[in-house]
Amino acid sequence: MQVGIGLPNTLDGTDRDLVLEYARRADAGPFTSIGVFDRLVYHSLDPMQTLGVCAGVTDEVRLATSIIAGPLRSTAMLAKKAATLDVLSDGRLTLGVALGARQDDYEAAGADYRSRGRRFTRQLEELRQHWEGDDIGPEPVQPGGPQLLVGGESDPAYKRVARFADGWIGAGGPPRRFGSCAESATAAWTESGRPGTPAVWGHGYFALGDEETASAGEEYLLDYYAFTGPFAERIADGLLTTPQEVVQFVRGYEERGCDELIMFPTVGGIEQYERLERIVESEL
Amino acid sequence: MKVSVIGGGPGGLYASVLLANTYPDWEIDVYDRDPADNTYGWGIVFSDSTLGRLREADYRTHERITDAFTKWDPIDIYYGGEYIRCRGHSFAGLMRARLKDILRERCAELGVTMHWEHTVKDPKAHAEEADLVIGADGLNSTTRETYEEAFKPRVTMGSAKFAWFGTEKPFDVFTFIFRENEHGLWRVHAYPGHKSTFIVECTEETYENAGLDEMGEEEGLAYFEELFADHLGSYNLESKLYQWRNFPLVKCRTWSHENVVLLGDAAHTAHFSVGSGTKMAMEDAIALQEAFIEKDASDLESVLNWYEKERRDPVNRIQEAARTSRKYFETTERFTDLEPERFAFNLLTRSGRITYDELKIRDDRYADRFDRWFASHATGEARRTVARPPMFQPLDLREVTVENRTVFLPGPSSEGTTGLPGDRQRARLVDLASEGAGVVMTEPLAVSERGRLHPGTPGIYTDEHADSWTDAVSAAKEHTGTLGAELFHAGRRGATQPRDRGLDRPLSDGWELLAPSAKPYTRRSQTPTAMNETDLETVREAFVDATARADEAGFDLLQLNMAHGYLLGSFLSPLTNEREDAYGGSFEERVTYPLEVFDAIRETWPDEKPLTVKLNATDWRPGGFTLGDAFRTGRHLDEHGCDLLCVVAGQTTPNDRSKFDSQVLERYSEQIRNELGVPTMSTNYITTTDDVNSQVGRASADLCAWHPPDVDVHY
Repeated sequence: MQVGIGLPNTLDGTDRDLVLEYARRADAGPFTSIGVFDRLVYHSLDPMQTLGVCAGVTDEVRLATSIIAGPLRSTAMLAKKAATLDVLSDGRLTLGVALGARQDDYEAAGADYRSRGRRFTRQLEELRQHWEGDDIGPEPVQPGGPQLLVGGESDPAYKRVARFADGWIGAGGPPRRFGSCAESATAAWTESGRPGTPAVWGHGYFALGDEETASAGEEYLLDYYAFTGPFAERIADGLLTTPQEVVQFVRGYEERGCDELIMFPTVGGIEQYERLERIVESEL
Repeated sequence: MKVSVIGGGPGGLYASVLLANTYPDWEIDVYDRDPADNTYGWGIVFSDSTLGRLREADYRTHERITDAFTKWDPIDIYYGGEYIRCRGHSFAGLMRARLKDILRERCAELGVTMHWEHTVKDPKAHAEEADLVIGADGLNSTTRETYEEAFKPRVTMGSAKFAWFGTEKPFDVFTFIFRENEHGLWRVHAYPGHKSTFIVECTEETYENAGLDEMGEEEGLAYFEELFADHLGSYNLESKLYQWRNFPLVKCRTWSHENVVLLGDAAHTAHFSVGSGTKMAMEDAIALQEAFIEKDASDLESVLNWYEKERRDPVNRIQEAARTSRKYFETTERFTDLEPERFAFNLLTRSGRITYDELKIRDDRYADRFDRWFASHATGEARRTVARPPMFQPLDLREVTVENRTVFLPGPSSEGTTGLPGDRQRARLVDLASEGAGVVMTEPLAVSERGRLHPGTPGIYTDEHADSWTDAVSAAKEHTGTLGAELFHAGRRGATQPRDRGLDRPLSDGWELLAPSAKPYTRRSQTPTAMNETDLETVREAFVDATARADEAGFDLLQLNMAHGYLLGSFLSPLTNEREDAYGGSFEERVTYPLEVFDAIRETWPDEKPLTVKLNATDWRPGGFTLGDAFRTGRHLDEHGCDLLCVVAGQTTPNDRSKFDSQVLERYSEQIRNELGVPTMSTNYITTTDDVNSQVGRASADLCAWHPPDVDVHY
């Protein structure tokens, strides 16, 4: 399993310098990918543009949207942006897409919320068409388009993985839950008659430091996921606040067959990067 | 803080105990419509893990409860004149009334005010007065109803009828009795306590046959006292509230709204056969107490979110197991053809939580007896003292003996050229054969050029193809195992790109496709040609020719694909077959062509070799092929000489509502097997020997498609 690092693109005070520093250091450091979150009605940086800036200062790491809400965007625009990012990163884009559960994001984007499932299915089918076709360029560097991962923890989501994608990306949570979801995605893949196995990616959240850091991280998660009610508590519950917890978590994901685990900071500043880097370099 | 608890059952009382114990200055009032000493129900059951949690939450209650306990660990099963005991299931139980006494006493000690015979008609008034309202008012919760908009409850009724009785007759362990009489099959769940609990359950039909709908209490009790006289002896059955009910499954979207929270049966129910109702209510109470400790009481939303976060997963798991268990008891008639040993194993493993390996841990002597019985059953030998687990027992199909119950069933790959298998496709057969599975299948082989899925789909429609397979088969025969070839015609799913990047992506330069009707598979797919008389004849001949070649190539077993929206499967489904000739319309007409093809193949394929069919259990689509259709198709195939059904589902149309939980395909396999009495192969994604032993052991399937993690079944 490989470990990636999330950019603080939804955290307060994140600016050009911090994003570039994260990206440069991740590229030179032990991480194999950098991830970004997606939220419209929030004081966050746009995921695709943030990765675009990172593409210019990195050579090795994969750039992953982890995860963006597909149906919030027009398919042709999304296809073009993803293809562009793939070209500008020389074939390093992993496009993680899911439904997105924020109704206010949909309202703000002028996209219909209720029909998003149906539109998402169609979108996945059309993305490949755009990437393989001649009408909407550029031609992606990765043959057939960027690596495409679909998120979600329901039967329709697993079916989308099997029919259209290269793999599944989990939304975070304890290793056990990741394991059972990844198994469902693999079952869907196999039972649908796809060759090989799907790529499976996961997420974790960390806030390393003193108690104050831990509660700042927890507060951020409760705020970021407030719209999910009890689920926010569940996510905050899983916040990793000590090196021991990080190591246990990473091992747990590894044991359950995760291919790439992206660890997201929940507190701003470069210290979080440094603390995680130290653990990954010395303990894993 | 002022707390109103609506409902004075175990959940409500226990929540009051815990909160009063942690927060002595809170003002806690419990309201119940019944008198203090009234109690419905008989005994309740706890497992080991629940007890640990009770001890941590409040030591005194735990001590008094455990003092009152009856403990036992076997489960006894009476079925078909046999008696089977399985040990190692730790249970403890007590009378519901006794539990309430203990909790009432504890409430009084802690200063909780209890208002008995006080019906709360308007929970909203309490919500205005109190800081927190706990809706612990049970199955028919007024609280839940009052805030229906917020909780969004869904209540679904089980199909079986049941009634609770008590008896002085000591049932000293958990006892299941299955008894058939002229009215039907009766199930009894009996368990120990100060008095024994004796629950009788049956189908609606049996209930009516016996005339229970018109019988009064006295007559009803007498009926069962006579029916179970051998178990009850001279003891009577007693009834507190003589009533036959259907089990209501309660689920809620959320369990809290503003300052109101649901707990216990008010929030969620689980069928009594998993004995978890009171356990869940009391665990809810513990989580609620913990939520207050974890979060600040002034931020009630956080507290209740935390509570719900903590409980959602465990409750879901129990409800899922209970659903499976309830279904088992609703449909037990389907298992009455099973031998008692297998019937019991199936009963013990019904909910999926206890597997073959788990039974071995709980009672290795039981598991050993089962292995020995299974081995002698599978081999036909009268007695086996030393036996390997079910997975390793042989299965006879015609004159072929499959050495064990595992199957490698690879999916489509794309490395052939004009039907000629590629090197890797042939090597796969040999490699897989060296791994020791009972049956190694080829991927689906096209019976004609137009029947290919991709340009690289291997076929068996020319002599050159057959020769190529002959070489692979003879190399594979160096190893043990049965070799099978699967034949298919891709129909309207043909002419697509390899599946590396997705399914059903049409080729830009495809070939003409054939289907029962001219309907494309996806919006983008090529429109197929509806088959005319000549096409029907040609394709039938192609299947026959391929069959002869598969025989010559040396395959031991042949599987005909009638599933997954390929050609023959799309004749079966009303969604894809709109023909107006003799091959479309009613079910019997839709099944005609696939049966003709089957008959023609059976005639060509040697009598001593088995012929199996891959069949959809359902299209997972309204208006599509249903499980009932699968039963009917399976019955026809059985009569026409089919030796085994390989059970799959979905993909008839791309917009199906497929399910991928780990058991759904196993359940279909089980239903088809036991409804029709034909051998089946299950195809759900399973990766462990435990899965295979459990499925074969409980008669869900005779063979299992298997995906051990270190073997690439699909290259």
